[in-house]
Parts: sequence; structure tokens; C-alpha cells
Amino acid sequence: MSEVKQMVKELANQYGRSNESLLPILQGIVTKELHISEEAMIEVARELDMSAAQVYGTATFYSFLDTRPTGKYVIRVCKTITCMMHGKNQIIRELENLLKIRLGETTHDGVFTLLETNCLGQCHKGPAMLINELPFTELTPEKVRKIIIEYRNREISAN
Amino acid sequence: MSKKNLKRLDLIFKNEFDTEAILAKTLVRSHDEIINDLISSGLKGRGGAGFPTGLKWKLTADNPGDEKYVICNADEGEPGTFKDREILSSVPHKVLAGMAVCAKIIGAKKGFIYLRGEYKFLVPELNKILDEFHALLDKLDLAFRVAIFLGSGAYICGEESALFESMEGKRGEPRNKPPFPAQKGYKNMPTVINNVETLAHTYSIFKYGPEKFRDLGVKDSRGSKVFSVSGDTPIPGIYELEFGMTLQKFVDDFGDGDAKAVQVGGASGFCVPRKKFSKTVIGYQGKLTGVSLPTGGSMMIFNSSRSMYNVLHNYLDFFVEESCGQCTPCRVGTQQLLLGVEAVKKGEKPSSYLDKLLDLAETMRITAKCGLGQSVANSFSSIVENFREEMIY
Ligand SMILES: Cc1cc2nc3c(=O)[nH]c(=O)nc-3n(C[C@H](O)[C@H](O)[C@H](O)COP(=O)(O)O)c2cc1C
Ligand code: SF4
Ligand code: FES
Repeated sequence: MSEVKQMVKELANQYGRSNESLLPILQGIVTKELHISEEAMIEVARELDMSAAQVYGTATFYSFLDTRPTGKYVIRVCKTITCMMHGKNQIIRELENLLKIRLGETTHDGVFTLLETNCLGQCHKGPAMLINELPFTELTPEKVRKIIIEYRNREISAN
Repeated sequence: MSKKNLKRLDLIFKNEFDTEAILAKTLVRSHDEIINDLISSGLKGRGGAGFPTGLKWKLTADNPGDEKYVICNADEGEPGTFKDREILSSVPHKVLAGMAVCAKIIGAKKGFIYLRGEYKFLVPELNKILDEFHALLDKLDLAFRVAIFLGSGAYICGEESALFESMEGKRGEPRNKPPFPAQKGYKNMPTVINNVETLAHTYSIFKYGPEKFRDLGVKDSRGSKVFSVSGDTPIPGIYELEFGMTLQKFVDDFGDGDAKAVQVGGASGFCVPRKKFSKTVIGYQGKLTGVSLPTGGSMMIFNSSRSMYNVLHNYLDFFVEESCGQCTPCRVGTQQLLLGVEAVKKGEKPSSYLDKLLDLAETMRITAKCGLGQSVANSFSSIVENFREEMIY
């Protein structure tokens, strides 16, 4: 059995095989694989006995269900109004400089992807961002530098 | 500095460790009694639309269905809103108690918290609390279970019917209404869907009775309301206040002394300019004096250094991205409004073009399928009409 097949099967065992299991399974794939490949979508359709078109339709609707490869850590900076007022552009510039990528890109080593997102529900502590699921708030360029160094160090000690 | 004219309340966030006693006391009462209490308390939904909560529960109880569901709407995607996260992390037992009583009344065995993906970090703690809560329900002999359903970054899924679609594994595209959730909700079964804050308020009503709640607020807007305050304010944060305050009083307390506008109700709400602060009352549209504004509780303050063009542009960007794309007025309308204001700003279109855009926004209000497309006109018209020069120069 291919790796993808195995993973989808395990997720279906965990969350079930009904329509209501689709979103949790797709979320599970993103957690494990960082993105949902076409192969995975076809496998989910087979496992849940639904059309691949439905899986594709659902997977592409949600902004957190990445269907293109991303880095291990996806950084999503809030670009909505109060974060914009409190300097999110400066935060993005700092991140672009630190990671040497532009918005929407992934670092060469595949560790970080930099994206923008809409309001994170942290507006009283803007600017705010998520790294995978963890929120970071009241950001300043210095704070962002520290956070990125910490994540990089974690990568180095993991390898 | 803040003047503290407005009375700060401490009803929702007060940590009370008596869930078991309150639930035990409430679950033995008759369903009619509980519903009558909710109705007479005047509690209305805090998710934005303001439907009377007691009535919603009653309608759902009366509708037949093999299975019924209680869903707590924790999608909280409206820009400038962050109170539901705070309620769920500091007093989750109140929300769960509200769900349990609702479940008993309508006859539901299963409930869900639809939690926005942005709040995934709350899941481990919430699951622990759910385990404790389920043990309590077993003790009280109520067969009811609550599970967390995680969203995946789509604002439209806060709209109740889109939320059901999403839970059913589909794209988050709103359904036609009617039927309403009380008739056909999740899996086409009668469903109560309430905002986090609404459910937490029911707990206070079970505990203190409807009068205490009713005594707060004014006219058709009863009780306290949790406000998310952000923008140009020295004291951003979450505040529980009484309904019925004027915007002037609010700005006196929370502004930085230089407020030129307040956006009430988020990007889909209204922008009120300084000259209308004293005439605007915060509460549901009803028999209030002056202009009243319903609100999910988002209050964003802008001072005179802010360009209202940039503010509007940011909102329109948001709507273009978050429109589900299902109906033409909203899919095309949001894009045309954005392109339109850009063209006027650049001088590619005459300023009179703004009037065409205002017409377009009004057409969207009438023809769009759901509240997202219908409410774009709220912020669009209120900003363009009150800050027309800023749109042009
Ligand atoms: C575009 C859109 C987004 C919405 N988002 C939310 C939300 O995030 N949370 C919420 O409670 N209600 C939201 N609502 C309102 C819900 O559809 C529904 O009215 C509400 O959850 C009912 O609960 P209540 O009666 O307690 O207010 C939204 C509505 C629309 C049209
Ligand atoms: S109004 Fe917008 S969000 Fe609502 S159904 Fe139409 S396209 Fe979708
Ligand atoms: S505007 Fe950035 S978190 Fe809400």
C-alpha cells in the first residue's frame, strides 16, 4: 500500500467514512503532509465513496486547506484593518527580509511559507500572526526576529 | 485617559463554580418555564442578527425530527471581534451549560462547537473541559455529548447554513432560506444554532432569573453585551457594558481623544462619523430614540490620522476574498466596488461614479443570497456617504 493510501485509511478509521468526516480528514492530511495532493484527494474520495470532484471542491474552498506544497511552518500574517493600522506592513517586510522570500513563497529549505490572512480574532493585540496553529501577537520587528530565530534553532536541533 | 462614564459589568466573565448546582436546578424545571424565562428576559442572539433566543429554542423544540442538534457558533470571523474566544477560554462551562439545557428542551443528544480554524490552539484545553463536563452530565443523567468541529479559514462559515454545509463536508456555501435551522439545519434536522455569548448569557438567566437580565439595557435591547474594542484606543480589549449607550459616551471612555469615526459591528456593520456620535445608540433596531445600531460587539475606533479610503479598501478586499462566489450580485459586486473605488481614487473615473457604486451596493443588499453580500452596503454606503471627499482626493 502506498504511503498516501495508508495515511488516508488511518484518518478514515479515526474520523469515520461519512460526509461529516470529510473536513476533519482533509485537516488531518494537512497536519501530516502539509498540503493535500491530488493523489490524496483521489484516495479520500475512494475511501469515503464520494466523487473526487466533491473532495476537490471542498478542499479548494477553505483557505487553511493548502492544496499546493507549503513549508513545514506556515506563517499567516493578519492583513485586516486593525492589524494594518498597527503596522502589519512592517511585520511583513521584516519577515520577507529574514526569510529572504516574498509573500506567498516558501523558503528553499522548505521550512517556512509566508502568507497573509484575514482577521485572526486578536485585533486588540495587533499586529498578529499564526505560525501553523499558534498565535503570536503585539508583534514588532524585533519580536519577529526572535521568533524566527527560535524556530530556526528548533529546526537545527531537530535535524 | 479613559473617563469611565459607562458602568462596567461583570456578569459573563465572573467565574462561578456552581455549574452542577445551576444545571441540577434548571434541568428539573419544566421546558415551558425555562423558555418563558428566556423570552421574558429579552435575550436576543449576540451573533449579529438578534433573534430572540427563547423563541428559537421553542420553535426547534416544536418541530419534529428523528435527531436534533445544538450548535455553538464559535466561528467569530467578523473583523474586530474577539470576545467569543475570550468567553470560551475563560468561562466555557457557562456556554456548555446553556447547550445542555437547550439539548434537553429540544431533545438533542449531540451538540457541536464549530470553532474557527484560527482558534485551533484552544482545542486541547477545550477537550479537557469537555471530558469534565460529560462526566457531570452523566452524574445528572442527561444523555448529551458535545464535540468540537474545527473550521478551516472561511469567514462565510459563520453564516449558519454555510456552517451546516461545512460540517457536512461541503463547500461553505449558504443555503436558501427558508427553511430555517429550526426546521432544517445540520443534516436537514431541526437545529438550534447560537452564538457563544448568547449561550453564556442563558446561564446567567438560569442562575439569577430573567428579571436581573431584563433590568439591564433599554427598550428592545436587554441585558449586557460584550464588546470587542480595537483600533485607535489606549485601552483595546474586551468589555462587558450595558446596551443603550450613545456612541459619544463610548468614545469618551474608549477613544484617544481624537476619534473621527467608529465602525460598529465589524466590516459588515456601519461606520458612524463624529458628528453622529451623540445621536447614535448601541442596541438592536427597535424603539430606541435616535439611530440605533445592532452589533455583534465589534467596535473599531479610527482617529483623524486614518484615511477612510484605506479603511474601506481593506474591508472590500476582505469581502472579495471571503465571498463564497455562489451568487452573482455578491461575487461580481464586491469586485466591482473594489475596482470602482480604486478607479475614482486614481482619477480614472469621475467622482459621480461613486453614486453608481452606491446604487450597486444597494442592489446587492436586495439581491444577494445571504447576509454577507447583503451587508456589504452597510459599510460601503456609510463610509462613502460620510467621507466622500476622502474617497476622491
Ligand atoms: C457572513 C456571516 C457571518 C457570520 N458569522 C457569525 C459568527 O462568526 N458567529 C456567530 O455567532 N454568528 C455569525 N453569523 C450569524 C449566524 O448566521 C447566526 O445568525 C447566529 O449564529 C445565530 O446565533 P444567535 O441567535 O445566538 O446570534 C454570521 C452571519 C453572516 C451572514
Ligand atoms: S451573498 Fe456572497 S457569500 Fe452569500 S451566498 Fe452570495 S456569493 Fe456567497
Ligand atoms: S484585524 Fe488582525 S487580528 Fe483582527
